[in-house]
Amino acid sequence: MLEHDVLVVGAGLAGMQAALHAARQGVSVAILTKVHPVRSHSNAAQGGINAAMEEDDPWEDHAYDTVKGSDYLGDQDAIEVLCSEAPETIIELEHMGVIFNRGSRGQIDLRAFGGQARKRTCYVADITGQVMLHVIYEQLMKAGTQVYEEWFVTSLVRQNDAVCGVIAMDLRSGELHLIKAKAVILCTGGSGRVYEPSSNALICTGDGYAQAYRVGAPLMDMEMVQYHPTTLPGNGALMTEGARGEGAYLINANGERFMERYAPNMMELASRDVVSRAEQTEINEGRDINGCVLLDVRHLDRNTILQKLSQIRELGLEYEGVDIIEEPCPVRPGMHYMMGGIKTDIEGATFVKGLYSAGEAACVSVHGGNRLGANSLLDTLVYGKRAGTSAVLYADGIPFADVPESRLQEDREHIKGILARNGENGERAAALRLAMGQTMHQHVGVFRDQAGLEEAQSIIAALKERYRNVSVDDKGKVFNTDLLFALEVGLMLDVAEAIVASALFRAESRGAHYRTDFPDRNDDDWLKHTLVFSGDSGPRLETLPVTITQWQPARRTY
Amino acid sequence: MRFTLNVRRYDPEAESPAPYWREYTVDVPENATVLDCLIYVREYVDGTLAVRCSCRSAICGSCMMRVNGQARLACATKAKDMQEAGEAITVEPGGNMPVLKDLIVDMDVFWNKIRQVKPWLEPVQPAPEREYLVPNETILDLTVAMNCVMCGACVSDCTSLEVDKNFIGPAALAKAYRFVDDPRDEARQERLEELSDYGGVYDCTHCFFCVEVCPKDVAPLERIVEIRERAQSAGVENNAGTRHAKAFEGIIRDSGILDEPMLLLKSIGMNPVEQMKNVPGGVRLLRAGKLPLASGPFHHKIPGHGNVKRLFEKVEATQEA
Ligand SMILES: Cc1cc2nc3c(=O)[nH]c(=O)nc-3n(C[C@H](O)[C@H](O)[C@H](O)COP(=O)(O)OP(=O)(O)OC[C@H]3O[C@@H](n4cnc5c(N)ncnc54)[C@H](O)[C@@H]3O)c2cc1C
Ligand code: SF4
Ligand code: SF4
Ligand code: FES
Repeated sequence: MLEHDVLVVGAGLAGMQAALHAARQGVSVAILTKVHPVRSHSNAAQGGINAAMEEDDPWEDHAYDTVKGSDYLGDQDAIEVLCSEAPETIIELEHMGVIFNRGSRGQIDLRAFGGQARKRTCYVADITGQVMLHVIYEQLMKAGTQVYEEWFVTSLVRQNDAVCGVIAMDLRSGELHLIKAKAVILCTGGSGRVYEPSSNALICTGDGYAQAYRVGAPLMDMEMVQYHPTTLPGNGALMTEGARGEGAYLINANGERFMERYAPNMMELASRDVVSRAEQTEINEGRDINGCVLLDVRHLDRNTILQKLSQIRELGLEYEGVDIIEEPCPVRPGMHYMMGGIKTDIEGATFVKGLYSAGEAACVSVHGGNRLGANSLLDTLVYGKRAGTSAVLYADGIPFADVPESRLQEDREHIKGILARNGENGERAAALRLAMGQTMHQHVGVFRDQAGLEEAQSIIAALKERYRNVSVDDKGKVFNTDLLFALEVGLMLDVAEAIVASALFRAESRGAHYRTDFPDRNDDDWLKHTLVFSGDSGPRLETLPVTITQWQPARRTY
Repeated sequence: MRFTLNVRRYDPEAESPAPYWREYTVDVPENATVLDCLIYVREYVDGTLAVRCSCRSAICGSCMMRVNGQARLACATKAKDMQEAGEAITVEPGGNMPVLKDLIVDMDVFWNKIRQVKPWLEPVQPAPEREYLVPNETILDLTVAMNCVMCGACVSDCTSLEVDKNFIGPAALAKAYRFVDDPRDEARQERLEELSDYGGVYDCTHCFFCVEVCPKDVAPLERIVEIRERAQSAGVENNAGTRHAKAFEGIIRDSGILDEPMLLLKSIGMNPVEQMKNVPGGVRLLRAGKLPLASGPFHHKIPGHGNVKRLFEKVEATQEA
C-alpha cells in the first residue's frame, strides 16, 4: 500500500517548493509527476522573477503595480503576501544556489519588465526558470524526497467530504495504483494546450483543474486567459518580455511604434493585456505583416543581445530563420498563461478538505484579470511554500482514510474502455484537441463576444460527446503515450468548458477578458470573481467578492 | 513538404522483443523539426510510437535521440537539414542508456551519475543576511554550465562511457564544474579531490563528441579541462590522473616523443603493488606491438627536440601574459 502524509502532484517550481517545505516539518512527503521534475514547464520561464529588492523600493509599490496590472481583480490580501514575502524568497533561492545576474557590487541585478513603474525583475540571462527549476531539484535530491517520476494522476480520490489520495498510473509499467494521502497538493501547472497555438509545452494540459473540478473544488476566474504579446507565429514559442525590458520596439507594417497610440507612457512595457490588444487591433485593421507585427532589437547593443537575450536569438534563428541582431522578428499575441485556476485561500487550501493547490494550477488570486510578467515564478514559490506548510498542519494527527478497492477499479474500467475501442470507428484524440484548440483561439482569445462564445460552447459540447468514443492505436502498457494523451484530452475538454462558461458569464471587459459587446469595465456589477463548479447539467456559476485592502479601483492607463 | 523517416522501434511487450526499423512519410510545413514529424506520426499515422517530448523549444531536454547517427534534440533539429537526397532521415534512441520503448531510454543511468557528484550547493557558512556578493563575470561563466538541460546527448555519444561504465561522464562533470566554479560553495577542495579520482576527469579521452553534440553549448570537455586545472592548482595531485598528465608533459618536454612505458611508470607512481597490477596490460600492449621495445625500453630524444622545448616555453609565456 502506497501512502504518504502529504502527496504533492506536480514537480514544477510550485510542487518542488511545496514538497521541500512540507518535508522540513518531518512528515512523510512524496512528489508525483508525469515528467521528470526538470522537464516541467517552469523551465520555459525566460524573463525573471519580481521582488522589491532595493532599499528605496517598498514592497507596497510592487503590490500596487500588481493590483493595477490585475485590473483590480486580484485579491489584495494575497497580493500583499506575495510582494512582502518576495525579497526573502529571492534570498532563499540565492542561498540554495540560483546564480542570478549581478550588478556592479556583486548584488543581484534587476531588469525592467512590463506593467511596472521601475526595474524589479531578478534574472539569470534568459534562462531564469530553467536555472531555478534545476536548483530547486538539486535541493530535492539533497533532501532525498521520494519522487514518483513519470507517474500520471488519473483522478483524485474523495471520500465523504475530503480528498484522501489519488489514482495514478506508473507510465513505465502501465500499472494503476491507489496512493493514499492525508493531504494532496495540486501543483499541476497551466493548460496552454487547450488553445492552439500556445506558448506552453505539450504537457500543459490542465489536468489538475479538471481533476479538482470533478471532485467539487470550484475554479475561479477561468475566463482570464493571458495572451502574451510576443510569440512566434510558427509554433507559438515565446520571445521574452525581457527583450522589451531591454528596450525592444514593436512596429507595424508602416514601421510605426504603434504603442504610442495605446499606452503613450509605458509604450511597449504596458501590461500584457494592453499590448496584446493593441497588436491584435493593428493586425485586424490591416497594419500587419502576414498576421504579425515586428519585434525590433536592432538598435540594441550587440553584446546586450548576446549576453542577455541569447536564447530568444536562438529561437528566432531556429524557428523563424531570423537573426534578431540583423532583422526584426515577426510576433503575434499567443495564448500563454491561466490567471484563473483552482480557488485557494492564502494558505493554499481549496474549498475541499484535504485538497491544496499552488502555482499556475491555483488561483489565490494574485494575478486577477492580468498577470504581470515575472510575477508567476514568484507566485509558485511563495504559495508553494505556504501550501506545503499548511497541508502538513492539516495532515498532522488525522488518520488515513479507508478507500474501497472499487475506487481503483473505476479508473481501470475507464481505461479498459478506451483500449478496447476499435480504432476504425473511434475518434482520434489529436483531432479532437486540434478542433478544441482552434475554437478556443478563435472565440475565446484576445477579443470575445456573446455569439462567438456561444458557438464555442456548442462546439466544445459536441467534442465532449465525440470524446466518449475516443480510441487509441497503442494497446500496450509500457509508456503508452497514446493512451496518456487520450486521457489528457478528456481532462482538457472539461477545462475548455469551464473557461467558456466563465467567459460567457462575465458581461464586462476587464484585464485579459475583453468582450466587444461589453467593452467597458463595470465595477458596479463585476468587481467580483467568477466561480465555476461542476454541476450535474454542466458548469454552475457563482461569484465571490474581491478583497480590497488599501488600493481602491481606479481607471487604468499606461 | 514531404519527409521520410526511418525510425528504430522497440516494443518490450512484443512476443520476442527485438528492435526493428519502420519507415514513415509525413507531410509537414517546410520548417518542421524532426520532433514535429514524429508528433505528426504519433497523432495521425501510428499512435504506438513512443517518444518523450514537452517544450518543443530545446529547453526541457526530453527529446534527445539520435538523428542520422548523432545525438540531438529532435525539437531543435530541422527535418530539412537532415534530409539527404533520396535517403530517409534515420531516428534512433540515444546511446549508452538502455532502451525502454522505441525512442524512450532509461535515464536512471544518467541521473545516477549526476547524483554521484553531490549536485547541490554546500553554501559557505555563515550565510550572509542578504545575497552572497558575486562578481557578474563569475555568474556569466557559471551560466555556461547552467545552460545544461540534462538531455543526455553528451552521455549518449561519449566514447569513454561506451567502454567504461564507471566514468562519471560529461554531463555530471559539467554539473560538478558548476559547483567547483561557484565562490559560494564550501566543498570545493573535497569536490576537486573526488573528481580527480577513478572515474573522474582523467577518464575522459578527449574525443570532443560531447562538445559537438551538446545542443546548449555547455562544451563538457572544456569544463572537464577546467576542473583538472583547478584541481592541479589546488594541489590535488595524489592520483593517477594528475600524475599521468604531469608525466605526459614532462616526458614530451624532455624527449619530444611520448614514451609509453615511462608514462605508465610515472602515472602509477612508485607503488610496487600498483605497478604489478599493470603488468598484464603491459604485456598485452607489448604483444600488440604498442610498446616500442625494439628501440630499447625507453625513448631517446627525437631530432629537433629543441623546437619542442621552445614550444613549451612559448605556451608558458602566453599563459603568464
Ligand atoms: C514560455 C513561457 C515563459 C514564461 N516566462 C515567465 C517569466 O519570465 N516569469 C514568470 O514569473 N513566469 C513566466 N512564465 C510562467 C511560469 O513559467 C509558469 O506559470 C510557472 O512556471 C508554472 O509553474 P508550476 O510549478 O505551477 O507548474 P509547472 O512548472 O508547469 O509544473 C507542472 C507539473 O505538474 C505535473 N503534472 C501535471 N499534470 C499531472 C498529472 N496529471 N499527473 C502527474 N503530474 C502532473 C507536471 O509533470 C509538472 O511537473 C512563463 C511561461 C511560459 C510558457
Ligand atoms: S571528450 Fe571526454 S567526456 Fe566528452 S565525449 Fe569524449 S570522452 Fe566523453
Ligand atoms: S551538457 Fe549538453 S548534451 Fe550534455 S546533458 Fe547537458 S545540455 Fe545535454
Ligand atoms: S521537447 Fe523539450 S527539449 Fe525537445
